Amino acid sequence: MAKRIDVKDLDIYYGSFRAVEGVTMSIEPRSITALIGPSGCGKSTFLRSLNRMHEVIPGARVSGSVILDGQDLYGAGVDPVSVRRHVGMVFQRPNPFPTMSIYENVVAGMRLNGRGTRKAAMDEVVEGALQGANLWNEVKDRLDRPGSSLSGGQQQRLCIARAIAVKPDVLLMDEPCSALDPISTLAIEDLMDQLKKDYTIVIVTHNMQQAARVSDRTGFFNIAGTGQPGKLIEMDETSTMFSTPSNQATEDYISGRFG
Amino acid sequence: MTTPATTQVGGPLDQGPPAEPRIGSRNRTGDKIFSGTATAAGITILVTLAGIAAFLLYEGFPALVAAPEDVPGGEGFWPYVQPLLFGTVLAAVIALIIAAPLSIGIALFISHYAPRKIAAPLGYLVDLLAAVPSVVYGLWGIFFLAPQLVPVFQWLENTLGFLPFFEGPTSATGRTMLTAGIVLAVMILPIMSGVNREVFLQTPRLQEEAALALGATRSEMIRMTVLPFARSGMVSGAMLGLGRALGETLAVALVLSPAAVISFNLIGSTNSSTIAANIALNFPESSGLAVNTLIATGLVLFTLTFVVNFIARAVVARRKDFSGANA
Repeated sequence: MAKRIDVKDLDIYYGSFRAVEGVTMSIEPRSITALIGPSGCGKSTFLRSLNRMHEVIPGARVSGSVILDGQDLYGAGVDPVSVRRHVGMVFQRPNPFPTMSIYENVVAGMRLNGRGTRKAAMDEVVEGALQGANLWNEVKDRLDRPGSSLSGGQQQRLCIARAIAVKPDVLLMDEPCSALDPISTLAIEDLMDQLKKDYTIVIVTHNMQQAARVSDRTGFFNIAGTGQPGKLIEMDETSTMFSTPSNQATEDYISGRFG
Repeated sequence: MTTPATTQVGGPLDQGPPAEPRIGSRNRTGDKIFSGTATAAGITILVTLAGIAAFLLYEGFPALVAAPEDVPGGEGFWPYVQPLLFGTVLAAVIALIIAAPLSIGIALFISHYAPRKIAAPLGYLVDLLAAVPSVVYGLWGIFFLAPQLVPVFQWLENTLGFLPFFEGPTSATGRTMLTAGIVLAVMILPIMSGVNREVFLQTPRLQEEAALALGATRSEMIRMTVLPFARSGMVSGAMLGLGRALGETLAVALVLSPAAVISFNLIGSTNSSTIAANIALNFPESSGLAVNTLIATGLVLFTLTFVVNFIARAVVARRKDFSGANA
């Protein structure tokens, strides 16, 4: 299931504006890769380019390549819809579908693209995904309640369950804990640690302690100034990044001297 | 002369140096004016509504209790109003059946499919249609639409004649219930598309992205997020359109040549009129109890719109927990 991602010379543009420049990195399977950096440095844009979600903004395009286990996600004839089936995403704010029940939220992805599934099989997937997201015990007696009736932390775990129910190869997380309290955050972090057995996880976070706690490798993005493109400054093992980074800007950022 | 000025302003607690503003002071004039204005506006609408209801009841009551032979038609009020009520509902329902899917399509095209350069002008154009006076739609219905529809009606009679709606014989002028319904549909299309477009555009971005990130195509994303989110807004839009269709006077009065019948035949030459059109057509020549009768039919229309609105609200409220507003 988990696959590696190789990004080579990736430039991301919105219209004529170059938002991210020249990113080359390898993302290992069954590991957590954290992306840190100041606001506006392009780390979220880069994350979204890994499942072509940045394309929802008109005029967005890339040059360079993103290779998922040998296949270029930006190759000719590649459908962004099918890219997103393989590369799932969890967002900054929990966003369960408010008009669907907990159960329907989990199977929402399975029902797409005309893939009808038998009820028994769906029940199995729902239980598996919710258990995978550490939510099953809390919601198993009220699967028919709306997803919006859950607490924020539960909603975010429901979103993770929804993302893993379609068995993606990669899970992208865009500041998944920024709207959550510390206890819910801890629950999500524990969950990420379990999920990395099966998935390649990439997380964008503003919380450097979080990056240090959960990730195996960390990439630091920075921006030279307003209107300049964001760049990947340095990427290394998380322990190295937080103890002996090789770049001065990384050290300044990590030690809290700016950002 | 020596009395301190402060005692007159505040009362016993207000004595002492007035220099520091105290916590809890409630002297917010702007706030009061604002809330007062809003409350007054809210009350005005209730008073207006009550006033109209009272007028309709007071003026219509004589017709409700009059001897049957005194009411126009000679059979009493209920036999008089029944075909009109039937015609009103039938024309409005035809209009709604045509306009509802069309308006959703137009609104979706503008909000989610059209390139931005086309979407904005198209939106203005649709809004502009709402400003065309109804008499123009009526004339368009008589002189353009009706003759064009005659062959269509003929075809309907020949192929679907086994249905009561199309049993014929086809009207030679094309001025039929179906024509009136189509004209009404065109009339209510702008308001319904406008409301639908606005609610579609309000779908939270985060919801749409959630669907897309799961691998939804654009149409799947719309079915998963936009339409469920917009559900109550679409009902509101349909109610606005239905309200206009139920009450529309001139366009129907021009298109239909009325008869006091109840007939499901949509393409024949005898059609029931609608309440509003009937009032407009007959009011100038009426006097005495006939006027009361017309006003009483207005009361029936008033009640009908109320009932329709309540039903719509109930439909929306039924799945309140699952509302898109919880996003």
